[in-house]
Amino acid sequence: MVTKKFLLYFPASETEKPIVYHLVKDYNLIINIFRAKVTPEEEGYLVLDVTGEEENIEQGLNFVKSHNVIINEGGRGLRWDEDRCTHCTNCIPHCPTEALYITDRKTMKIGFNEKLCVECLSCVKNCPFGACSSVF
Amino acid sequence: MKTYEEINNRIASKKAVVMTAEEIIDYADKKGVEKAAADVDVVTTATFGPMCSSGCFINFGHSKPKIRMTEAWIEDVPVYCGIAAVDVYLGATELRYNDPANVDYPGEFRFGGGHVIEKLVAGEKLQLFGLSYGTDDYPRREIRTYFSIGDLNQAIMVNPRNCYQNYNVAINTSDRPIYTYLGNLRPGMKNATYCSAGQLSPLLNDPFYRTIGIGTKVWLGGAHGHVYAEGTQHAPDAERGPSGVPSEGAGTLALTGDMKEMDPKYVRGLSLTGYGVSLALGVGIPIPVLDEEILKMTTVRDSEIFAPVIDYSSDYPDRTGKILCKASYEELKGGKITVKGKTVVTGSLSSYAMALDIARILQDEISRGDFMLAQPSRLLNRERSMKTLDIRKS
Repeated sequence: MVTKKFLLYFPASETEKPIVYHLVKDYNLIINIFRAKVTPEEEGYLVLDVTGEEENIEQGLNFVKSHNVIINEGGRGLRWDEDRCTHCTNCIPHCPTEALYITDRKTMKIGFNEKLCVECLSCVKNCPFGACSSVF
Repeated sequence: MKTYEEINNRIASKKAVVMTAEEIIDYADKKGVEKAAADVDVVTTATFGPMCSSGCFINFGHSKPKIRMTEAWIEDVPVYCGIAAVDVYLGATELRYNDPANVDYPGEFRFGGGHVIEKLVAGEKLQLFGLSYGTDDYPRREIRTYFSIGDLNQAIMVNPRNCYQNYNVAINTSDRPIYTYLGNLRPGMKNATYCSAGQLSPLLNDPFYRTIGIGTKVWLGGAHGHVYAEGTQHAPDAERGPSGVPSEGAGTLALTGDMKEMDPKYVRGLSLTGYGVSLALGVGIPIPVLDEEILKMTTVRDSEIFAPVIDYSSDYPDRTGKILCKASYEELKGGKITVKGKTVVTGSLSSYAMALDIARILQDEISRGDFMLAQPSRLLNRERSMKTLDIRKS
């Protein structure tokens, strides 16, 4: 069993199909959705962890692709812009998973471990410099 | 004992020994204060953080026909026009026209004066809209045009209150979140915010203002500026530790510099949810090692500098003067402090990483002979205390 993170982009015409249902039922995958924004009229985004046998994940992804959904593997809906970051560390108490962390207490520089990010968006609300932003 | 002249001669001949306020700590530990004072010519200090009193005077030059603007907006942010024709003052905390502020609490305050200043320094094209009642010599009554910093005659930053010597640590003991100039403070003391570069901060390395005074040359956002006055709310009569380092706000500096020489990396607009907009600014100040006492003061370290922890849900707004406890910058930077027996995680609004970067840049500039020191023409007041505003009936 492996777990992989994906950012799925749904073109407007595909958003009414129950794609996640099929991933669970037909491909025996465990889905953990971090964040979604899908409305019937507009395009949609879905950030999720998929856990299952490697082969099943691959087949599931092929199924998703067959519906013209664009898959960004390892993709995330949260961006940390190192150039905008001033390393003030204001985000540190607000990040619940330590995805944003201090790389070295001597230099006090911020790092971002995207694997730990659960996309709660509290950094987006708290960063005074706009270094953290959501792609959707 | 060294003089400014001797140190400047060494800088000019690229022989000056320059260390950052961080490097000098270990150097003096190893060599002793006496030897370190003999060896080192200059110690560089720095800070980077929100400095709300920042702002600038800009001069546009004259349009044809001329206008004497009485109201004006840059990128929809109002600027002050109650000065000479085509001069305006742009303040860092000014909100954009029609910003809903805290109507939908907490407001986002996405754009304001600080952001305009950042864009101006970055050389971006900005929109000016101005109005006038029209006069015989300045007949134009409306103007809309685009400009960038290169088009301006002058863009001079003038900041009456920068570089607070020390600063409060903000915490929230109430049961609701609060939004302050020190960020979002979660209820029940779930986080605390500090705001100082600690051992790197200029006035913590010269606690009695022996070298930093009016006329001192400073590195301001990348430009070479200077201290033009004591800062507003300069209150040196503060509580001080054994070595004279204040454990509360204390001194401040009024700084000025040419924005045409600044680097946008160190001049950054910021948005504070529920509070407003501001400007974060990088400042570097060299301390000439004139004698052993001055050198000894620059060896101050985070474990010896304490900041007051204050409840921003009641004691700060109500001006009770109550302090919950004190915390050292070593603890604050370490990520945890203890308040009323509870462990509280810390974050900062001042960037130590950027301060270190600036201290090193200034060190390089002085070592290369590109930054000469200026002797202050007048030292800062050492006795003033903070006055309050009384509400009177008449």
